[in-house]
Amino acid sequence: MKRAGRVTALHLALAAVAVATLLPLLWMLSASLMPAGEASAWPPRFLPSRATLTNYVALFQRLNLGRCFLNSAFVAVTTTALCLLVTSLAGYAFAKLRFAGRKRIFGALLTAMVIPTQVAMLPLFLLMRSLGLVNTYWGVIIPGVAPVFGIFMVRQYALSLPDDLLDAARVDGASEFRIYRSIVLPLLRPILVTLGVFTFMGAWNDFMWPLIVLTDETRYTLPVALANLLGEHAQDMELMMAGSVLTVLPVLVLFLALQRSYVEGIAMGGVKE
Amino acid sequence: MSGGRRTAPGRRRREARAGLAFVAPALALIAVFFVVPVLAGFALAATDFDIYGIGDPGTVRFVGLANFTALLHDPVFWRALLNTLYFVAVGGPLSVAASLAAALLVNSRMARFKGVFRTVYFAPVVTTLVAVAVVWRYLYHPRFGFANQILGLVGIPPVNWLGDPHWAMPAIILMAVWKNFGYNMIIFVAGLQAIPVSTYEAARVDGASAWQQFRHITLPALRPMLVFVGVITMIGAFQFFTEPYVMTGGTGGPLNATLSLVMYMYKQGFRWWNMGFGAAVAFVLFLIILAGTLLQLRLRREHE
Repeated sequence: MKRAGRVTALHLALAAVAVATLLPLLWMLSASLMPAGEASAWPPRFLPSRATLTNYVALFQRLNLGRCFLNSAFVAVTTTALCLLVTSLAGYAFAKLRFAGRKRIFGALLTAMVIPTQVAMLPLFLLMRSLGLVNTYWGVIIPGVAPVFGIFMVRQYALSLPDDLLDAARVDGASEFRIYRSIVLPLLRPILVTLGVFTFMGAWNDFMWPLIVLTDETRYTLPVALANLLGEHAQDMELMMAGSVLTVLPVLVLFLALQRSYVEGIAMGGVKE
Repeated sequence: MSGGRRTAPGRRRREARAGLAFVAPALALIAVFFVVPVLAGFALAATDFDIYGIGDPGTVRFVGLANFTALLHDPVFWRALLNTLYFVAVGGPLSVAASLAAALLVNSRMARFKGVFRTVYFAPVVTTLVAVAVVWRYLYHPRFGFANQILGLVGIPPVNWLGDPHWAMPAIILMAVWKNFGYNMIIFVAGLQAIPVSTYEAARVDGASAWQQFRHITLPALRPMLVFVGVITMIGAFQFFTEPYVMTGGTGGPLNATLSLVMYMYKQGFRWWNMGFGAAVAFVLFLIILAGTLLQLRLRREHE
């Protein structure tokens, strides 16, 4: 009897936290489907009187957020692809290829991780300006292409690749690039999926740097467009909620599809320390 | 083929050349787009670089520590620093405590549907901060926001969450805890699963209560993770920017009550183009985070 009570109490607590966690997200979805003005009506209502897609239509037709969606997609996909290429090459080389200064360079990179990225932002903006990359997608993408933690993740994983396999390929006369492409890359797949999900979400959700670099509304990524929209449409609660759904939905779906590798990545970073 | 597999000098040289070539893109990108800007940032903090400097770099002068002196006499800077410390000192421990509690709940032996609950708790972590900050801004609306309606159910008069300087920061902290607790929860769950079940069983045989088990088995076993989680949470909290930016319409208001260090750097550097001064603010942030990291290393070494 006492045990049954404890089990019930535990599940009540679990459910209470789940409700508190989901409520803001469910309300966002519900309010996004309400006709204009209903989310701020009195008495307040949680569900729409009749679900409508008007707000979403307005986002795409009137406010051109479809364009921003594509901007976000392009920035996130390109950042991820380039990041995986650059970090897989570097991480593998730091783990398996012997060259002069390997240990010292890698150590220096790890030390550099202490420095918060905001410290670099003001001069980085001036640099981007002199390169003509302000208000371009590349200005957003390039600084995120070689994250040190990504190189670190790939290296730790690549350390476990069997040396004999690589040496056998060398004896067979395969070039180093060929070995990377045909042997190493397929073996690194699990860690690259994890890193890819991290990078994509990071790039999709990023706000501060795109806010600084992008000045033209047609180039805004979704988070920047959303913050900008809030300035003019703060009263249109239902419209803002639709914009939030549009921004959140792709990453949420990606997470649900690939949550195993995402969660494993976090646990790995946390436990390794 | 003659010669041993590992001693062939040609092969060794080719491997070394490939190694350098493979790390070259990453190193070049990091050098140009991170190391150089960081160093330039230190130099920038010692100049009076402003809007005229952007037009004509020739007008920029070296001013030594003048920006830092100005900083020390700037009440808004102190306000931003105190706000940031408030966010870190209250939000950090609250977030770690929430993560630990959630981890204990989802990892409980008696719990069912563990995977579902874990996924639900984690969902806010992957959401876009700007979007959920917009949502929370409406939840905190003084008239029709849900926060005040819930308070109304228990008879508490409405609070002007984001409009009252006393309540704006707690409101932002609550939102940040909601957004982030799932991340550290995953780390704690991994730590909890590493504790052998037999330890608890032995303690129960000896008559240890649930609290005693937590106090003498769980907490000591999680200690290294608590240190790690505590420091990464603190470092992340020192860099908060988006929450106040979105929830206060880019002002850091009301009355600068939510202005963070990074936001002040952003405003000085990118809104008013006082880049030298902004770089000095960034340097202070760098020093604080460096101190936090050194503290972590120290704690970890003590533990080992």
